[in-house]
Amino acid sequence: MLINIAIAIFTLGILGAIFGAILGYSSLRFKVKSDPIVEELDAILPQTQCGQCGYPGCKPYAQAIANGEDINKCPPGGDAVMRQLAERMGIEPKNLEGEEKPKLIAFIREDQCIGCTKCIQACPVDAIIGATRQMHTVITDECTGCALCVDPCPTDCIDMVPVVLTTQNWQWDLNLIPTKNSTER
Amino acid sequence: MSDYVLLFFGTVLVNNFVLVKFLGLCPFMGVSNKVETAVGMSFATTFVLTLTAALSYIVNTYLLMPLDLIYLQTLSFILVIAVVVQFTEMVMHKTSPTLYRLLGIFLPLITTNCAILGLALLNITENHDFVESIIYGFSAGIGFSLVLVLFSSIRERLASSDVPLPFKGASIAMITAGLMSLAFMGFTGLIK
Repeated sequence: MLINIAIAIFTLGILGAIFGAILGYSSLRFKVKSDPIVEELDAILPQTQCGQCGYPGCKPYAQAIANGEDINKCPPGGDAVMRQLAERMGIEPKNLEGEEKPKLIAFIREDQCIGCTKCIQACPVDAIIGATRQMHTVITDECTGCALCVDPCPTDCIDMVPVVLTTQNWQWDLNLIPTKNSTER
Repeated sequence: MSDYVLLFFGTVLVNNFVLVKFLGLCPFMGVSNKVETAVGMSFATTFVLTLTAALSYIVNTYLLMPLDLIYLQTLSFILVIAVVVQFTEMVMHKTSPTLYRLLGIFLPLITTNCAILGLALLNITENHDFVESIIYGFSAGIGFSLVLVLFSSIRERLASSDVPLPFKGASIAMITAGLMSLAFMGFTGLIK
């Protein structure tokens, strides 16, 4: 009886060992090279894929930062992202490249829009809605102000307009105000 | 030879794993939102099914039977499946990162896909030999792929159609799956 159990355990053990060896070998054979820090930096970046840093997207810029590129080239991320990047890379925060511009968003002059969908294809964050031969418009909450839609427009009907602060788009951040209740807890 | 052809078509159409035996319903519902992912999942599952059929036959015939350890079948088959899935995942990560990202969590979940353990156990209850096991595994995979791709194409169309509010989402998918299952019952008379 006991010998049977021993045989069973031994057999399964051998089977597991063989399979483990196969997996171990194939994990070496099919190793995928990826720099873990690139993934982390890529996760910090805002993923607008706007190309304002001079790289074709956020992942290539993350790769470039890992290889020693400056961390201050991401306008959509702004100061906050730059500080996170600095902390992760263990280097001093720098000022953002160029002066801090007012936040712009795209605006389509709808009477001139011919519905060609070219700006929709250019938009990295899918902030433009519309269909072929239908007027397009910008979802202001989604627009990151990257201006990639301006060049493809054949009728030049897209303007970059500064966002005016109103009570509608003011970030209230009510939870961050240290009221008596929240500090006591 | 004709036995093999019969087994193949019998498994794909008449005894379809998903719609007639109701195995592997989790990926059938989960990965059928887009045709692209469904095709990828089909390839991965077919590959795993075929490989598992072969490996589990070898393990059963040359290891468990001689040592009189039939009661360890389920355990050792799960071991085999886990290894095959891990292997597939590694190969896919290397060869097709896009597909790897698309399939996401469903790739490791093939391990718990009951179609695969079901296949390994059915191979034994139906006394298939080595070649029959492989054909059974492959045709189960083809059957799964056929149904999954058909179903995901229907769901893509459903997404843009005007479905009454109470039927939106999962419920219309369930109804569609039920109707497909009914349709596949029509194949029952095809092969005796």
